[in-house]
Amino acid sequence: MQPDDKVLIELYTTMLTIRRFEERLVREVSAGNIPGFVHSYIGQEAIAAGVCRHLRRRDRIVSHHRGHGHCIAKGADLKRMMAEIYGKKTGYCKGKGGSMHIADFSVGMLGADGIVGAGLPISTGAAFAAQLEGKGDIAAVFFGDGACNEGEFHEALNLAGIWKLPLLFVCENNQYGVNTPAAYAMAAGEISRIPKAHNIPARVIFGNDVEEVYRAAGAAVAGIRKGEGPFFLECRTYRWHKHFLSQQLEDLRPAGELEEWKRKCPVAAMEKKLRNRGVLSPAKLRAIDEKIMRQVDAAHDFALSSPYPQPQDALHDVYSS
Amino acid sequence: MRKITYDQAANEAIQEEFRKNPRCVHLSTDLAADLTEEFGTERVRVTPIAENSFVGTAIGLAGSGFRAVVNLRMATFGFVALDQIMNHAAKLTYMFGGQAKLPVLIRMTVGAGFSGGAQHSISPYSMFMNVPGLKILLPTTPYDVKGLLKTALVDPNPVISFEPFLLGRSEGEVPEEEYFLPFGKAAVRKRGSDVTVVALGRMAHVALEAAVELEGKISTEVIDPRTLVPLDRQAILRSVRKTGRLVVVDEACRTCSAASEIVALASSDRTTFARLKAAPARVCGLDVPIPFSPPLEKYVLPDRAKIVKAIRAVMRRPSA
Ligand SMILES: Cc1ncc(C[n+]2csc(CCOP(=O)(O)OP(=O)(O)O)c2C)c(N)n1
Ligand SMILES: [Mg+2]
Repeated sequence: MQPDDKVLIELYTTMLTIRRFEERLVREVSAGNIPGFVHSYIGQEAIAAGVCRHLRRRDRIVSHHRGHGHCIAKGADLKRMMAEIYGKKTGYCKGKGGSMHIADFSVGMLGADGIVGAGLPISTGAAFAAQLEGKGDIAAVFFGDGACNEGEFHEALNLAGIWKLPLLFVCENNQYGVNTPAAYAMAAGEISRIPKAHNIPARVIFGNDVEEVYRAAGAAVAGIRKGEGPFFLECRTYRWHKHFLSQQLEDLRPAGELEEWKRKCPVAAMEKKLRNRGVLSPAKLRAIDEKIMRQVDAAHDFALSSPYPQPQDALHDVYSS
Repeated sequence: MRKITYDQAANEAIQEEFRKNPRCVHLSTDLAADLTEEFGTERVRVTPIAENSFVGTAIGLAGSGFRAVVNLRMATFGFVALDQIMNHAAKLTYMFGGQAKLPVLIRMTVGAGFSGGAQHSISPYSMFMNVPGLKILLPTTPYDVKGLLKTALVDPNPVISFEPFLLGRSEGEVPEEEYFLPFGKAAVRKRGSDVTVVALGRMAHVALEAAVELEGKISTEVIDPRTLVPLDRQAILRSVRKTGRLVVVDEACRTCSAASEIVALASSDRTTFARLKAAPARVCGLDVPIPFSPPLEKYVLPDRAKIVKAIRAVMRRPSA
C-alpha cells in the first residue's frame, strides 16, 4: 500500500507536530517549568505516525511511558495534552496523570502506561472487545524493546495467538532500555523470533522511514481486520534524548551513535523526499511548520493560562459513579 | 425458604447478570461448565494459566465497554496478578481523571484450615485495602455472596470478592426472587450488650458459635462487616459505644491487618474511646506462613476456644 501525496503530507504533518510538541517540552523541562518525568519521543515519530494513519477512531491503542507521539497520532488535542503535562485542571486527566499517563478514551487512546510491559495485556483486552463486537475494529499496542523481557509481553503474545485477537503489536526497538542495550538483555537476539515462536507473523522494518512503516502497518492492519489474527511489527529506531529529560540522568550509550542516527532523522528524511518529489514546495513546507508552531504555542498558552486543580480535587475520581 | 450452597449462590448471581447484560465476559483458567453451557465459549473464556495477563485483559475489556468477571480461584494465585490489580485496576480510573470506568469483578478464595499449606492458604485482604481504588467484599453466607455479587455486577468499579474457601459448600437460605445487597452495610449476626465482636470471613461463623457458648454469662454482639471497602464504620462504632468492649476476630495474620484497622478505628474515635471499658483485643492468625500439619495449622489459626478466651479477658479487665 503505497501512500499517495495526500497521505504523505498527512504523515509528514503528524511527525512534525510530534517533533515540535516534543521540542517545546525539551525547552520547558530544561527551564525547570515542568514537574515529574518527561520521556521524549523525538527520533521515533515515524512509528506513531505511520501506524496510526491506518487506525480508525473506533480502533483502540494502548501506549507506554514514551507516549506523547501516540496520543498526537491518534488524534488527541494538543491543548489538553499540554495542560495535563503541566498538571492543570483542563488536562486530559485533570492533572492526576501527567506526561506518563495521558489518555483520551474519546479517540480510542486507552492511556499511556508507566509500568514497563503492562500495557500489553490491557491491549489484549481491547482486542478481545473488538473481536466480541465483530465490527472489524482492531487494537494496537506500542511498547519498547525493554518491555519484551517482561513476562506480560510473553503472556500477551500467547493469549493473542491462541484467541487470534485482532491486535497489532508495535515494538519500538530503540535498542536500549534506559542504558541497557537490548543486545545484552535479550537471549533471543532478534525480538521478532519471539512472536514467531507464538505463531504470530512478524516483520522487522526500519522505523525511521515513515513510508516503510506506513506500508508495513497497512498490510498488517488489513490482514488483522480480515480476521487473520495478530501481527507483530518490530520497528528499529533510536531515541535522541536521554531516557527521560533530566540534567542529572546519565546517557551511557556509545559516543557517535546518536550522531549517526540523527543523520537518519525521520522528519528530515520525509521533508527531503517531499521536496525532491515536488510534492511540497519550500514555501508550503514552511507554511505547514508555521501552522504547527502556532498550534504548539496555543497549546502551551492554554496550559499556562489554565488553573491548577483545587487541592481537594485529589480526593475525587478514586471511584466512578 | 430454599437452601443452596455458597458457591451455587455466587454462580446464580453471575448467571442472572450475564442473562441481563450481553456485554459481560467471564475469564478463568478452569472451565466454568454451567456458564459455558448457557453463555457459550465466546463470552465464557478459558484462559491459559497466566493470571497477570488475563486480569490485564479483563481491564482492557472493561476499558473498552465490556464488563469482565475474573475467577482467580485462590488468593495466592492472585498474587501473580498483582501488577494488574494494584497498578492498573486500582489506579487507572483515578490516573486518567475519571475517564475510564473499569467494571471488573475479581473473585478469589481466602482462608486456611484445610491443610493446603502456605501457598494455598492466605487471607490477604488488608494488603488490598491499603491500595485505594478497589472495592472489597468478604461475603460469609450464601445470601450475602449472591446479593453482594449482584451489586458488584452492576457497579462501574473494580471489585474484589474474597470468598472463604471453607464456606464454598456451606448451605444457607437464599430467596428465589432477585435482590441486591448494598456495599458498606454490616450485618449484626447477634445482638448483645457486654462486648462487640467484629468477625471477618469464616470467623464470623466461629465467633457466633463462641457468642452462643457464652450466652447467659456474657452478652456478645457479633458484627460481620461483609464488605471491607467500603467499611461500615458507623455500625462498628455504634456497637462499641454501646458495649464499651471490642474484640476483632480474623484468620489473617495480625500485623497490619483489617483487624488492626478496626481497632484503630474504634480507639481513635473520641466518643468511642471515652466509652471503652477495656483495651480492644485482636484474635488473629499468628504471624507465620500457614503450616501444613493439622496440629500446627490449628495452633496458628483462631478458633472458638481462643475467641471465648479473648471475650472473657476483655470482660475481666478493670474499667478504664
Ligand atoms: C516494571 C517496570 N520496571 C522498571 C521501570 C522503570 N523504567 C521505565 S522505562 C524503562 C525502560 C524501558 O525501556 P523500553 O521498553 O525499551 O522503552 P524505551 O524507554 O526505550 O522507550 C524502565 C526500566 C518501570 N517503569 N516499570
Ligand atoms: Mg527501548
